[in-house]
Amino acid sequence: MKHRTFFWFFLPTGLAMLLFIAAPIVSVVMQSVFAPHEAVLIEVENCTPLSGCTTETTIDQDATRDLRESAPLGRFVGLDVYLDRGHLAVSEFKEAWATAENWGQFFDSLGNLPFYRAMAFTLTFTFTVTPLLIALGLTIALAVNTLHRHLKGPLIFFSLLPMIVNPLLGSLILFWMIDSRGVLGSLIQYLANDPGLSLKASTPLMWISLIVYGVWHSAPFAFVVFYAGLQTLPQDQLEAAQIDGATRWQQVRFVIIPHLMPLMTFVALIQLMDNFRVLEPIVGFNASAHAQSLSWIILNDLSGETQQLSAASATSVLTIIGVAILLSPVLVRTWRDFKGKT
Amino acid sequence: MASKAQQMPTGLKITTFGFIAIWFIVASFPFFWTLWGSFKVELDFFSINDWTNALTGPRTEATYGTSFTGAGYEGAWIKEEFWKNVINTAIVCFFVVCTSLTIGTLGGYALSRSGFRYVFWLLMAALIFRAMPPVTLVSGYLLPFFEWNLWGKLPTTIIVLVAINQPFTLWMLHSFFQNIPKELDESAKVDGCTQFQAFRHVIVPVMWPGVITTGLFSFLLAYNDYAITTLLLSESNRTMVPAIAAFLGTTQTEGNVMFAVAAVVSAVAPLFILVMFFQRQIVSGLTAGAVKG
Amino acid sequence: MFLRSLATASSLAILSAGAIQACEIGARVSIVGNEFPAIQTVGAVAQECTGAEVKSNLTADHQKINLAGMQGNPAEYTTAIVANSSIVALINEDVIRPLDDLVAKHGDGLAKNQLITVNGKVMAVAFMANAQHLTYRQDLLEEAGVAVPTTYEEMLEAAKTIREKGILENPVGGPYAAGWNLAQEFNNMFLGYGGEHFKPGTAEPSVNSEAGVKTLEMMKALSEYMNPDYLTHDSNATSAEWKAGNVALMHMWGSRVGRLKDTGDGALEVVANNTAIAGPLTVGGGDIPASTLWWDGWTVAKNISDAEAEATFIAMKNGVSPEILGKPEVPEQAVWLIEGYQPTEAATGVFAAANSGTKPYPMLPYMGLLHTALGNELADFMQGKESAEQALKDVEAAYIAAAKEKGFL
Repeated sequence: MKHRTFFWFFLPTGLAMLLFIAAPIVSVVMQSVFAPHEAVLIEVENCTPLSGCTTETTIDQDATRDLRESAPLGRFVGLDVYLDRGHLAVSEFKEAWATAENWGQFFDSLGNLPFYRAMAFTLTFTFTVTPLLIALGLTIALAVNTLHRHLKGPLIFFSLLPMIVNPLLGSLILFWMIDSRGVLGSLIQYLANDPGLSLKASTPLMWISLIVYGVWHSAPFAFVVFYAGLQTLPQDQLEAAQIDGATRWQQVRFVIIPHLMPLMTFVALIQLMDNFRVLEPIVGFNASAHAQSLSWIILNDLSGETQQLSAASATSVLTIIGVAILLSPVLVRTWRDFKGKT
Repeated sequence: MASKAQQMPTGLKITTFGFIAIWFIVASFPFFWTLWGSFKVELDFFSINDWTNALTGPRTEATYGTSFTGAGYEGAWIKEEFWKNVINTAIVCFFVVCTSLTIGTLGGYALSRSGFRYVFWLLMAALIFRAMPPVTLVSGYLLPFFEWNLWGKLPTTIIVLVAINQPFTLWMLHSFFQNIPKELDESAKVDGCTQFQAFRHVIVPVMWPGVITTGLFSFLLAYNDYAITTLLLSESNRTMVPAIAAFLGTTQTEGNVMFAVAAVVSAVAPLFILVMFFQRQIVSGLTAGAVKG
Repeated sequence: MFLRSLATASSLAILSAGAIQACEIGARVSIVGNEFPAIQTVGAVAQECTGAEVKSNLTADHQKINLAGMQGNPAEYTTAIVANSSIVALINEDVIRPLDDLVAKHGDGLAKNQLITVNGKVMAVAFMANAQHLTYRQDLLEEAGVAVPTTYEEMLEAAKTIREKGILENPVGGPYAAGWNLAQEFNNMFLGYGGEHFKPGTAEPSVNSEAGVKTLEMMKALSEYMNPDYLTHDSNATSAEWKAGNVALMHMWGSRVGRLKDTGDGALEVVANNTAIAGPLTVGGGDIPASTLWWDGWTVAKNISDAEAEATFIAMKNGVSPEILGKPEVPEQAVWLIEGYQPTEAATGVFAAANSGTKPYPMLPYMGLLHTALGNELADFMQGKESAEQALKDVEAAYIAAAKEKGFL
């Protein structure tokens, strides 16, 4: 295709992404290296209803306004925000390294820093949920594929339900169902034979709940994609394998999975990215005492009484870098495929 | 079709069937539980005292005389005028799906038919764009949108949703188009068509399965989005999800959880019809152009 | 039929407009605020003004959009309804204007205690108040034979008795969910112990103090009598526990207690009828209640024309005029600071809080940052993962990083 033709075909989508994603990313990067001006503080008397007047501190707007007008972007702080305690925490990291007597102590000190605490959960979540949901999605797809065709239709719909029901309320309803007195919580207590068991009171159990929710919520996506892939499975290959005496398991292992490989890469790519940005279950389960993620930190910075734009921007940039590192093996593979094709 | 060698042994058949049954329960149980509970009062729905209350509904019976009540539905649909939000959602979804598929097919087609190196980098850029957490993107929009008087309006939100969904749409459609043989449009061009004519007359007729599948995912994204719609739409233009969130209340004031539950259950019904209607296309869609990573 | 109902509707509209004094404005008004019934009432009455358009956008996410919506010139919103915690962000960014001249011109009918002044200038007009205070189950306290507690120490004693007598396993409740709620509980208790969040006149934190440690120890002691899931219980979940009859004592938002006493909608009669309220508790022998006083009020944007500011002031004053109390449902919606308001039974707790010298939530430019830091770092201590001193050290470190970024340190 000619460059010119390509340009016109790509223009609308390119423009949309340029305006609404690329431009904001540039501004986010800018925001992460510029911080608000230093505030000039003064003490004043404030009066509020029912409680009278008190002396409090406030910002001297006249003095601050000049600063703002002379440099509207704020003060340039370079990578300071990235390196502070709320993010990479370089100095705290070094201190932990220097003072820790053993690995356990070192990880304890790291666990005290928000970024590393969030990374611990995010990575555990990403690397357990993604393989599990791919395996589950594949198994469901293989199983549904063997069903009678009249059963297939409704099952596809019901399998999609975890993805369709709005996560905002879906996680709230599950939050109540897994409560120690809810229907699932009671079931788990009965199965574990421990009437005091509560999923929400212990960190490991909360992590497991979040992981189970993550698999449950995303398995339908993998299922739909794999199920479709199974429809294109070349029958002659399968028959050839059967003639060679391959067991059912060997057929799956050596014929079906290689055929679905491109789809698995696609699902892995999308799901690694989405799981790395896990947010909704943490909010829905009120789980932030036990588990935090990078996206949760961003939301927390933006929704406090005072918005911390620079901090949220820096965490966002770190998220993008994290995703890029996570996906790099897949990207390298795609690059090779691409070069092989041209 | 099924040769004798493919016939499953009974043991495997039972295992498969058992697995499907378990998955069916796991996938749909929370929804059926919610459906059942949406006809109860809040105290029964959350049933902290005894989970069986959610099934039998003693408080509902004490209040309304029967163990089923439509109070949640009445409150959401009549008192809170949830239908307005449904209309807004319908508008948003319709235009998001149409726009996103129109510009996405053009872009995805171009990406699949051009072998230059920038295609790879454009695909990579799209992937990186998708990595950006939407919350941060939206907080960046607020100031310019207010400044240019674009904030709070449905078209603005539609365009933003389209743009944010583009990376996914592009990747998916790009893969679909790669599976449509290049020879088709090449030969049309040899016959004297321009690239666009080749696309219009040769590719469009065969692309529908892939487009419909991509459309389903675009639709679900627009339908379930919270982060963008809640911050970019004014109260009068709210779609369903922010309206449901508003039913839940805030720290200092109590909401109306049963309205939210009823609203969520009602929100699933149209999707049931939609999926039932398109399910053949969804599956055959992926079939026709198995996605490549 | 249609015509007749239309006529009835419009005559009703005229009647209700007549009931509230005529309100005539000459420029656009646009309101942004939180979404709950009391604010919806104020917004709806402000919209009854004639002469120009009054738009209203009430949403729980108001804090995320009000700043951006007032920074433009002209600002999209001519007024933001805020609380004492959220007005700070608007003052910090200098987007709201002093109201002294407007109060002088149109302020008749506003009570003196409605005017929020910062540095001698009126910056907001408050119309409702809120505070956390004690809520208790009369029947269960009687059954256990304990008096209504007035201090947290007594609350612990009462909880111990109730548990020992086997009446309830976890008699204490409270919105202790990690994050904003937990930090707010810390703030209440910390003020009760006489703590100061900052070194006077500076933005340096001083929560890592004796009062801070005592605060955390008291919170931990209380949590022993709470449901083990307490770190996931926000005020919605806490209310649900209360309604289920699982809690006998809790410190709760005044604005939510009315619904707990409501017998309709499936509530257990024994719970609703026995829910009683009292003022906030004190702690550690102090006489300042371990609670904070909150108000909600409206402001006027800076980046708008004077005509718009005047119209906004008139419309909003109309929204909080004493006449709104004439509608039957309105007095129950909030603890109003409007002249002529007769406190309902549910309002007594908030009034008791005000009368016993409860401190207002600090209106400091950097308080929000400390609140976020507290919410994020205290959960580790509550779970027994670290000591109180370490948790408070973490809070200060997290706050300092944020305050440096924001230019306060």
